[in-house]
Amino acid sequence: MLFFSFFKSLVGKEVIVELKNDLSVCGILHSVDQYLNIKLVDISVPDTEKYPHMISVKNCFIRGSVVRYVHLPAEEIDVQLLQDATRKEVAQLKSQQTAQVAAPSK
Amino acid sequence: VSVITQDGRVIVGTLKGFDQTVNLILNDSHERVYSSGAGVEQVALGLYVIRGDNIAVIGEIDEDVDSSIDLAEVKAEPINAVVY
Repeated sequence: MLFFSFFKSLVGKEVIVELKNDLSVCGILHSVDQYLNIKLVDISVPDTEKYPHMISVKNCFIRGSVVRYVHLPAEEIDVQLLQDATRKEVAQLKSQQTAQVAAPSK
Repeated sequence: VSVITQDGRVIVGTLKGFDQTVNLILNDSHERVYSSGAGVEQVALGLYVIRGDNIAVIGEIDEDVDSSIDLAEVKAEPINAVVY
């Protein structure tokens, strides 16, 4: 859920999505869902158009499972906020785990 | 729409429907085969159901731009398959 919220905060920013089939797609992040599927608007393919298949495509939907990387400009990221959020998430998961361990033993 | 499947195929058709797991129903579909040799080959497929597991990218085609491309001129390497 953390990265879902993280991506929601990046809607409207320009990102480059690198896929597991080596295709890279540059575009503006339009929306994201719980599976981290990504919808990009105003596509361009940076790889010197080695992939002309996308010439007539302006908007696209990318399935979350095929994403290798999402390249983000450094200016967009608040590292402190991300670190704090991650620490909270870990603490939350740990307390969930100890609660689970305690309950079955009863 | 243009669908790129996980095995590297490009299928173009009219999106009739979809569901939660991104299974798709495509009307009047044809596969565009790109190669570095000859231009682009189109294979007619008709009505297709594509299972969501197998889909990588779904692109919305701008009809105006698409009709202006001369597919016989386009040469490119085929797309790689998705590797997990």
